[in-house]
Amino acid sequence: MLLRLVSASLFGHRARTLLAVLGVAVSAALLLDMVMLSTGMSESFRALLLGRGFQLRASPKGTLPFDTEATIADASAVIAAIHQSPDVEVVSPVLGGTVHFPLARGGALSTLALGVDPAVQGDYALEGGRDPRGDHEIVANRELLARAGARVGDSLTVAGGYDPQLRRFAATGRVLVTGQVRFLYLARDQAAVAMPIAALQSLGGERRRDRASLFMIRARDGADIERVRSGIEQRVPRVTAISIATALAQVEERLSYFRQLAVILGAVSLAVGVLLVATLVTVSVNERIGEFAVLRAIGVARSSVIKQVMLESATIMAAGSMLGLVLGLVTARYLNTILSSFPGLPEAIDFFLFQPRAAWMALGMLAAAGVLAGLWPAWRGASLPVARTLREEAA
Amino acid sequence: MSASSVIGGLPNVDGGGPLLRLENVERDYMMGSETVRAVRGVSLEIRAGEHIAIVGPSGCGKSTLLNLLGAIDPPDEGRVLLGGRDVSRLNDREATALRLRRIGFVFQRFHLLPALTARENIELPMAEAGVGARERALRSRELLAYVGLADRDRHRPPQLSGGEQQRVAIARALANAPAIVLADEPTGELDARTGAEVASLFARLNRDGTTLVIATHDEELASGAKRVIHMRDGAVVRDEIDATAAMAR
Repeated sequence: MLLRLVSASLFGHRARTLLAVLGVAVSAALLLDMVMLSTGMSESFRALLLGRGFQLRASPKGTLPFDTEATIADASAVIAAIHQSPDVEVVSPVLGGTVHFPLARGGALSTLALGVDPAVQGDYALEGGRDPRGDHEIVANRELLARAGARVGDSLTVAGGYDPQLRRFAATGRVLVTGQVRFLYLARDQAAVAMPIAALQSLGGERRRDRASLFMIRARDGADIERVRSGIEQRVPRVTAISIATALAQVEERLSYFRQLAVILGAVSLAVGVLLVATLVTVSVNERIGEFAVLRAIGVARSSVIKQVMLESATIMAAGSMLGLVLGLVTARYLNTILSSFPGLPEAIDFFLFQPRAAWMALGMLAAAGVLAGLWPAWRGASLPVARTLREEAA
Repeated sequence: MSASSVIGGLPNVDGGGPLLRLENVERDYMMGSETVRAVRGVSLEIRAGEHIAIVGPSGCGKSTLLNLLGAIDPPDEGRVLLGGRDVSRLNDREATALRLRRIGFVFQRFHLLPALTARENIELPMAEAGVGARERALRSRELLAYVGLADRDRHRPPQLSGGEQQRVAIARALANAPAIVLADEPTGELDARTGAEVASLFARLNRDGTTLVIATHDEELASGAKRVIHMRDGAVVRDEIDATAAMAR
């Protein structure tokens, strides 16, 4: 009977109920988006860093990975030193540089090149073909292949180590494109290639010999990452080692304003939802004051009236939340597409990341808001003076 | 099944005493900044099976007296005893439970819930009292048949005439087999013919064992009562047992 009364009340004013549900849906969508936004970047960054299982990065002392063009000399010795720790399983050196591909139509295509150890690298994912095996093989991403007008299997001329004073390259050679890849940490539209680190060192001439920009380090399962990190810095004082936790903390610090904005906007949207539902349910209760007085007169308990009104409020909130969930996901996807296209952002970074926990959190807040929104009108409907209300209704 | 079993029959009253007793009851209420002395020093006894009409000019305190009898409103002074129990000392929860199970109300404007069908309106107090769905359905059908609306069970109030709505309201008042039914101007919104039909239904109800107290301006409705209580300015000015004689005067 309670459900019948609630449905009768809600369906009795279809337009009002629909508008309320739509209003809550917009509020819920905004709330969900803000919850997704507040955690999306850091979570997707965490997933990106952990994706290939490297828990530590070592870069030149005082720098962050690829934050500057600084490199570390004697990379082989550094690798050996890091490997001295029994907890270190894999060390993957990475050298960043620029290479140039002369084009048939004239000029050259200058692009980022990553020198890696293809056997243990964590910088790219193969989309087709195979890893480069020798000094004359490279892999390239779709953007580079498109700009160079090349395909997997083509040979290209490559030059490196350009000296602007002498106006000549340190080295040139022919390379075979063995695969198409997607770089994990590069911007969506950034053209790039990867090749064995020795090949890139050679292309860079003497200045790049046995150098690396970064070492990606994978520790054994169960290892104390912080202990491994401090051990690396002790063994190789020339590097700064950071763990994913540290990197995330730095990201969190940089994103704190973003997160605060999301929290404020989310709280505002929640408050708007509460006020909207509270207003509409209060209007509904005010219209039915006489009805509630009669219900109370014929013996309907206060608790039943409270349940009825709060269930109405919760139903509007629940229906709005469900609709808002869908609306929120659609708008988040659209906004994510726009924001992710900002230049310089890694393709894998999402601003809005759907996480079931975040959705549950948003729904939980909305459910609590539904209860809160119904409290005042429910109490008003249940606590009215029956005799006086009946007298006024009769008048 | 007998009519008295449908409507619940005569209630048992402890020791054969009065069903309801008012002892020197006073009730004021505020209307704007004015204090209205609605009921002044009223003492009454109502026995099970009585058919009582409360008459008097508008504003004389009839409705307030009904509210006091029905535990809707507590008295400022005096006591209201139902079956020997002082209802004026009950808290809201106890008074609500008492109204639900022992008192039936019929209002001038019917006050049915417009979104519910006739049957659902009758089932509402039973659902509140925790009666199971099957029993509710059975009893609501019996009550609808009793008030002559067996074929209107799925109709909503706006689809019913005023007289039909009031008959559904009477069936709702009987839903939990109350000890007493209180009706406030039950024919006030009806035309003469329909009012007479409702008056006839009340008379039948009383014959079948229901204790009735009706506040009314309707002489025909009052003439059906066996006892007429006249009120003026919040006080009982005359209490007559022979209704026909009383109304003739």
